[in-house]
Amino acid sequence: MRVIELEKVTLRYRIPRERILSLKEYTIRKIQRRVAYDDLEAVKDVDLSVEAGERIGVIGRNGAGKSTLFRVISRVLPPSDGRVRVAGRVAPILELGLGFHGELTGRENVMLQSALLGYSRGETRQRLDRIVEWAELQDFIDAPTRTYSTGMAARLAFAVATDVDPDILLVDEALAVGDERFQRKCHDRMETLRGRGKTFMLVSHSLNTIRENCDRVVWLHHGRVVRDGDTATVTDAYHQWSLGEADRV
Amino acid sequence: MSTETLVPVYDSARRRPRWIEEAADLWKYRGLVHELVIRDIKVRYKRSVLGMVWTMLAPLLNMVALTLVFSQLFKQAVRNYPVYFMAGSIFWAYFSQTTNTAASQSQASNDLAKRMYVPRSVFVASAIGGGLVNLGLSLLPLLLILIVTGFPLYPSWAFLPVSIFIVTLFTAGVALILFTLTSRFADVREMYGVLIQTWFFLTPIVYEPSIVPFRYRVILSLNPMYYLIQIFRKPIYDGLVPSLGLVLLSLSMSVAVLVTGWIYFCHRTRTMAYWS
Repeated sequence: MRVIELEKVTLRYRIPRERILSLKEYTIRKIQRRVAYDDLEAVKDVDLSVEAGERIGVIGRNGAGKSTLFRVISRVLPPSDGRVRVAGRVAPILELGLGFHGELTGRENVMLQSALLGYSRGETRQRLDRIVEWAELQDFIDAPTRTYSTGMAARLAFAVATDVDPDILLVDEALAVGDERFQRKCHDRMETLRGRGKTFMLVSHSLNTIRENCDRVVWLHHGRVVRDGDTATVTDAYHQWSLGEADRV
Repeated sequence: MSTETLVPVYDSARRRPRWIEEAADLWKYRGLVHELVIRDIKVRYKRSVLGMVWTMLAPLLNMVALTLVFSQLFKQAVRNYPVYFMAGSIFWAYFSQTTNTAASQSQASNDLAKRMYVPRSVFVASAIGGGLVNLGLSLLPLLLILIVTGFPLYPSWAFLPVSIFIVTLFTAGVALILFTLTSRFADVREMYGVLIQTWFFLTPIVYEPSIVPFRYRVILSLNPMYYLIQIFRKPIYDGLVPSLGLVLLSLSMSVAVLVTGWIYFCHRTRTMAYWS
């Protein structure tokens, strides 16, 4: 079953040539017709189709369009051209702890985080205990999260994002935090979810992470798909290319 | 390319009008509105000893101070000045706090909405929710003043929910426009601060409209707040249900502002993600 389908997707950012932050200035410029924009195509003509249960790695240099691609899939950015279709619930694990509020307790943050992902209070309450248990935060769940260590916050955020029942997980290097035990736990959970037919897309600069976790890799360069194929072939090609790039510099 | 098996939950090509889509999404994310209101209340009171009491104490202290000042000025004109002033000032506080919250939260809200999909109208809705909670709480000190000054609690209070509903429509419209503008321009918030200060004095809150000289009445009649404050204050202070004409005028004006705000907001929300 196909779960993600991108057809000729282009995403164009409009960047004002000069950053105009004030309304006064904007109005004056507008009257003088001096508001100029540059178009930046962060994603160009991308075709991508993903089957349920695939684990896809996305690689490329900084600014290649990886994060933008995720934002297009997760509906944050409507495509400028082309068509995006997604079947199922998307859970973006882009920045762990995004939306956490330090003054709120762990429990309150779980409720909030889960609502941000579009789940109802009832659904979240049922899952609360399991989330807390997985994150191993039973003793701290009623303390404000500003007292948490980075690792604790990351565990809680990962637990919320993956315990709710997403069909598609978009992971943006979020797993690079936490100790080895946490990383292994994340890995195990991803395996479990994959067993249930969930789909993953993972952005990472670490080819090792990609090789360990993915069975297909998409290589982006300047917003275009350069290669799309099995992990070994694409990561090797990318590695070779990167070495060549490094030599040229 | 066969796509028979793909039953999309999200399809960028399915373009319902933005204003319908945003409304449908807001309804879908109503649980988030609830959570955001709770978050704002909890965060506000977490580290404060007085907690909720502060919400009630603040207008009370404010009222005492202003009453001392203005009751000297308007001694002859207004009977039971404390009740008159307080009824108007909690109405004003509801409007100004809610719109200010929407304006001040737009930056953080957009940062969040740039990273994960959330209909942005939830942030405006939560500002309104928070404002309503505060409005409810500030009715208590008003009741206290009624008791202390021996002012009657009129049966016309029963009309207040209708007044609050109409005022909320208007507030929501203004909040949507402000949220959109502050998302784009950094200086709008300050400009609004100046505007609302002026607006406060152009609205009969500390004074009675009858003291306004005749040639300036036109300014009053052009101020939407002049009508809205009446439908709010009349049931409390005059013991009267506002006339049908006044209610219909306020209602249609508020609906117009809300519709304008909603359409402008929805029109802009598609491009907000590209703004930085």
